[in-house]
Amino acid sequence: MDSSEADITVIGPESGSVFVELKELLRYSELFYFLAKRDIKVRYKQTVLGGLWAIIQPAFAMIVFSVFFGRMAHMPSDGLPYPLFVYAGLLPWTYFAGALSSSGESLVVGSNLITKVYFPRLIAPAAAALAGLLDLFVASFLLAAMMLWYGIYPGPAAFLLPLLAALLFFCALGAGLWLAALNVQYRDIRYVIPFLIQLWLFSSPVIYPASIIPEGYRFLLELNPMTGIIKAFRLCLLGGTPDWVSLLVSAAVTFALLISGAWYFRRMERTFADVI
Amino acid sequence: MSTTAIKTEGISKRYRIGASEGYRTFRETLTDAVKAPFKRLAGLGHPVPENETVWALNDVSFEVKKGEVLGIIGRNGAGKSTLLKILSRITRPTRGRVELRGRVGSLLEVGTGFHPELTGHENIYLYGAVLGMKSWEISRKFKEIVEFSEIGRFMDTPVKRYSSGMYMRLAFSVAAHLEPEILLVDEVLAVGDAAFQKKCLGKVGAAAGEGRTVIFVSHNMGALETLCHRGILLEGGCKVFDGGIHEAVSKYLAKSLETDKSPLENCRRRGAGKMRAVGFRLETPGGLPLEAAKSGEPAAFCFDFENRSCGPEERVSVSFSVQNEREFGLFHYYSHFSGVYFTDMPAKSTVRCLLPSLDLAPGNYFVQVCTKVAGETDDWPQVLLPLNVMGADFYGTGDPNLSTWGPMLVKGEWSLRRST
Repeated sequence: MDSSEADITVIGPESGSVFVELKELLRYSELFYFLAKRDIKVRYKQTVLGGLWAIIQPAFAMIVFSVFFGRMAHMPSDGLPYPLFVYAGLLPWTYFAGALSSSGESLVVGSNLITKVYFPRLIAPAAAALAGLLDLFVASFLLAAMMLWYGIYPGPAAFLLPLLAALLFFCALGAGLWLAALNVQYRDIRYVIPFLIQLWLFSSPVIYPASIIPEGYRFLLELNPMTGIIKAFRLCLLGGTPDWVSLLVSAAVTFALLISGAWYFRRMERTFADVI
Repeated sequence: MSTTAIKTEGISKRYRIGASEGYRTFRETLTDAVKAPFKRLAGLGHPVPENETVWALNDVSFEVKKGEVLGIIGRNGAGKSTLLKILSRITRPTRGRVELRGRVGSLLEVGTGFHPELTGHENIYLYGAVLGMKSWEISRKFKEIVEFSEIGRFMDTPVKRYSSGMYMRLAFSVAAHLEPEILLVDEVLAVGDAAFQKKCLGKVGAAAGEGRTVIFVSHNMGALETLCHRGILLEGGCKVFDGGIHEAVSKYLAKSLETDKSPLENCRRRGAGKMRAVGFRLETPGGLPLEAAKSGEPAAFCFDFENRSCGPEERVSVSFSVQNEREFGLFHYYSHFSGVYFTDMPAKSTVRCLLPSLDLAPGNYFVQVCTKVAGETDDWPQVLLPLNVMGADFYGTGDPNLSTWGPMLVKGEWSLRRST
């Protein structure tokens, strides 16, 4: 190996733009992949049920919600069977909640790595958010089974699903970047995360359909990027055409979250090792 | 071959001390946010008062040529680790600039990135990636890594079931196969048994032989002197010497003497305290200060005493003991064992015990001092005084790096009697 001109690294107090250096991230793509793989492998180690937990968690939430909200409170569900309605919402939601908290904690949990090894720090929250996608995939088998059971089949919009999964990932990562960077400096975030997830669940149309919100306040709900994503998930899977405006608003908010998160993360990155 | 591999220009690193940085709570930030406009009005601004900061590194500049092996020497807190952290891009300098030519691999601590739940096999790949290796590179060297570690049988066992020795072996084996153009090594060789340590040192030496640039931070003067050609001495964040490694080491040893304040002066102690040990140092037989003893060479243990209320007729016996880092006692030697008692002690005195040959293996030890007056324990300071023993050519064979596992060294005559 010869050290060509391209291999010069300059380190200074301010070196590196605030914007993400894509080239650097690309160089470390392998570490990104290994960290995500590690998270997946480790997740259900030494458990009896293993990967089944990926299904059990949303399945039980589905049962509980179906009993309390579906049966007892007669929550409307846009003409769908309530269990199917709520499970189709819980799928993206469970992923989002898990990815948000693990990426928010990723730097603090991996602080020994941060203080001893160099790598673009962005990889840590991104790998944590990526790892959860496998659980989402596993949990969707139950949805398929339920769809067969109820005799409800996806419409042509189902081809949008991979795109929606990507949008979901970016949404979780965008919020996760903010939380991860803030968590390094303010450990309060550790206590804020579960609380935030709970509030976020109730402000997303998981348990209830967006249609029960009065017309005049619905735009507030739509500002939550998860609203458009969850609605689109449901429509893609359970038939119907997506609400494009709502989805575009969600995509716009997601990318605003992602870009601002990456910007804040990069700005704080150089002090991580000193502060953590 | 005289291209520059590393160039630093006036790098400085400032850390804030105290609770002001680190964990700031929301409450602090909120109150700050409320106060900030008023502060700005009052012209107080945000800059941190100088007395709350410390310069871990101050204006350090040097150049390292390609293929050079540089040792960084300094006491704890001199800025060695900060320097390595800046060079390996973990933290940024407050001021100054660094230019690195070539791929950098840093070993600041072996085994960071190991996951206890994963098997040895999986951890090799994970740790390799953490160190910046590509997976094809790891695959290519996989066999070699396993062989080097000597624990091939446990590759499918989760690392959490490993003994700490096995863990370090595996971690170091991966690290040792990192082949960057610039290698930064921090004190990582202090792992495993002596034979494995020697193997690792050999690996670092080989890296240097292959034309890699190496920066090596260690407290092991013997290892530094064998591996490096050049040494930089840091003190309080500043570069105070840059030159040949032997000169750097002796400067360091001389320097650390001047600044040592005796821990004997403020410590808990037992006994009546008629006599009081107030200082400890090592000397050469000729009475010159000696910072670190050398295996098999003479060393005089000197203890300074103050006489507080000891009568002239009272018989004083002074002792010292040596223990290793695991607090395992090696010996305890009272002067009266040799039939020596001191009487008529002046207000200030120094008791000296010359050992003609200090037969301790290289390493870190601790000394305790204890005094008896008229057969009663009179002064026993509850403090461990550090004693560093450096490797020396104990057996006269020209090899200062002895691979031995025990703290004591013995020397004798070996022979073979043929029974025919």
